[in-house]
Amino acid sequence: MTDSRPQAKPLATGSSPSLEASASSGPIRAVKLKHPWRNVIAVVIIIFAVLFVLDASQRTAYDWPSVGKYIFDRRVSEAALNTLQLTVYSMIIAVTLGIILAVMRLSPNPVFKSVAWFYLWVFRGTPVYVQLVFWGLLAIIYQSIDIGIPFMQPWASFQTTAALNTFTLAVIGLALNEAAYMAEIVRAGLMAVDRGQEEAATALGMTWFQTMQRVVIPQSMRVIIPPTGNEVISMLKTTSLVTAVPYSFDLYTRTRDISAETFNPIPMLLVASIWYLFFTSILMVGQYFLEKRFARGVGDRKPEKSEKVSLATGVLSTVPDSTGALPLPIADKNGGDSR
Amino acid sequence: MSDVSAASPATSVAATSAAVPPMVLAEQVSKSFGSNEVLKSISLSVAKGEVMCLVGPSGSGKSTFLRCINHLEVVNGGRLFVDGELVGYTQKGDTLYELQPKQAAAQRREIGMVFQKFNLFPHMTALENVIEAPIHVKKQPKALAIARGKELLDRVGLTDRMGHYPAHLSGGQQQRVAIARALAMDPKLMLFDEPTSALDPELVGEVLDVMKGLAQSGMTMIVVTHEMGFAREVADSLVFMDGGVVVETGVPREIIANPQHARTKAFLSKVL
Ligand SMILES: Nc1ncnc2c1ncn2[C@@H]1O[C@H](COP(=O)(O)OP(=O)(O)OP(=O)(O)O)[C@@H](O)[C@H]1O
Ligand SMILES: [Mg+2]
Repeated sequence: MTDSRPQAKPLATGSSPSLEASASSGPIRAVKLKHPWRNVIAVVIIIFAVLFVLDASQRTAYDWPSVGKYIFDRRVSEAALNTLQLTVYSMIIAVTLGIILAVMRLSPNPVFKSVAWFYLWVFRGTPVYVQLVFWGLLAIIYQSIDIGIPFMQPWASFQTTAALNTFTLAVIGLALNEAAYMAEIVRAGLMAVDRGQEEAATALGMTWFQTMQRVVIPQSMRVIIPPTGNEVISMLKTTSLVTAVPYSFDLYTRTRDISAETFNPIPMLLVASIWYLFFTSILMVGQYFLEKRFARGVGDRKPEKSEKVSLATGVLSTVPDSTGALPLPIADKNGGDSR
Repeated sequence: MSDVSAASPATSVAATSAAVPPMVLAEQVSKSFGSNEVLKSISLSVAKGEVMCLVGPSGSGKSTFLRCINHLEVVNGGRLFVDGELVGYTQKGDTLYELQPKQAAAQRREIGMVFQKFNLFPHMTALENVIEAPIHVKKQPKALAIARGKELLDRVGLTDRMGHYPAHLSGGQQQRVAIARALAMDPKLMLFDEPTSALDPELVGEVLDVMKGLAQSGMTMIVVTHEMGFAREVADSLVFMDGGVVVETGVPREIIANPQHARTKAFLSKVL
């Protein structure tokens, strides 16, 4: 609450210890700092925004009727669903693999460490577009996939093109690339957990795996989730590169193909953008709830009714109460209007 | 407490009867971090039900010794037994084989440890902290673990704080939860590493009271502490360590009143 400085007279009387003054004037009044410029700037921004929207709604180039026509076009909504699936599947694989890689990098086993390091070196060191092209060429490089003992008759053999369609290849390509980035995010999260936690868990007789699963990983989530949310949103947009595989049923490629037929690219760009924004908004809501879930027990959580009692004992002196007011005897409750 | 260390002057104290094996037996335990020899041939024994206070200046290896007992730290030489069982190894002939992680974890279940910085799990409430290991390590039924957890929190005086997260507890309350958490595993030995050093002075008493109650209930305890009042009043034996060796051992009251060794004198004059 650093922005709420007392301005009332008895406190503002400078350096002299105003014991007498405050004693004579009764309880101390604390008035929050006002921010008049914030409102001015907000008004200016709103005016510009309204002007832009009014102008945009009248410009023929945007072709809003076409936007309305295509936004729920079956080809478009199917493509939007494909993009969502690409994002979700590749992120699930990437997070899982990222956790495994991060744990391998932090493990005391030098073999695991080197393997993880090598993986990161390759998949972070080359562009995702190049990787996607490679995955597309997989069927040419490896015509069949054999399962069995090397140099022996394989137990099973698949034609690569039959076993892996372009959607699967796109998911693999996106996921393996993303896993390298997720590994670093997870590693940062694991390292942010105090060493004493691992020690306490070990002393209780937990195995290394239990310690990770029950103690370290849940605590690291708080650090991992915000950048992971970032990565999911980034992935949603990176799916537009899967045309390199080539997979052409994602949102961006599909809308571009439609605009190639209609010779009218701008409304299709708007259609794609609206869908991307829609998904991003949903993801942000999801992230908010996940963050809340994993913030359990951390200091910045607002104390509940029963816990407020202990505020008076000085235990929680750094935690503001739920009204956001200063823990002074009498704080100006009306001063909170500027936030 | 019988002292078998050659390095220390003979201050033999009421030795335990030979029939009952000691709870902790250290035979020439040594430990180095790189070239830094932290423990130099430590030998001592702690009888069942005994409360031993371990004191000494900073860096003398007290924490390291406690951590060796719990196999959080691997010893470089000598042998450590807890309740007659070799810690961290199995012995076949003259060779020691390191235990599988699972077996080492099983040994640790029997030993409770309380840390200077509490190390409570911040994402769990007080009760959840206490029932975590019984449920997931001992595989106790949840209802049983909860009943026992409540009983333990009650015992350390935290009946009304069970649903609180550690961030919303005072240091003294957190440390008492940590003690309850260790007790929930029904350990036969409790290790305390400076349990009150991180506490505000007015909160030290509540934690020491809990420890005193525990000592009176017959728990075997090794306590690293600078609280000489606690050592004098509660402990059965006092061990003074300096520079990785046991300098002096004996009855707390006698050592505190009349230290034999110059280094003990110098140390006691600072903490008393
Ligand atoms: N993991 C480690 N790696 C390297 N050196 C260590 C490690 N742990 C402890 N040491 C060193 O071992 C010595 C003894 O440390 P220890 O923590 O056992 O002392 P202590 O008696 O508990 O001291 P304090 O009263 O400060 O807790 C110190 O010199 C310390 O620097
Ligand atoms: Mg220590």
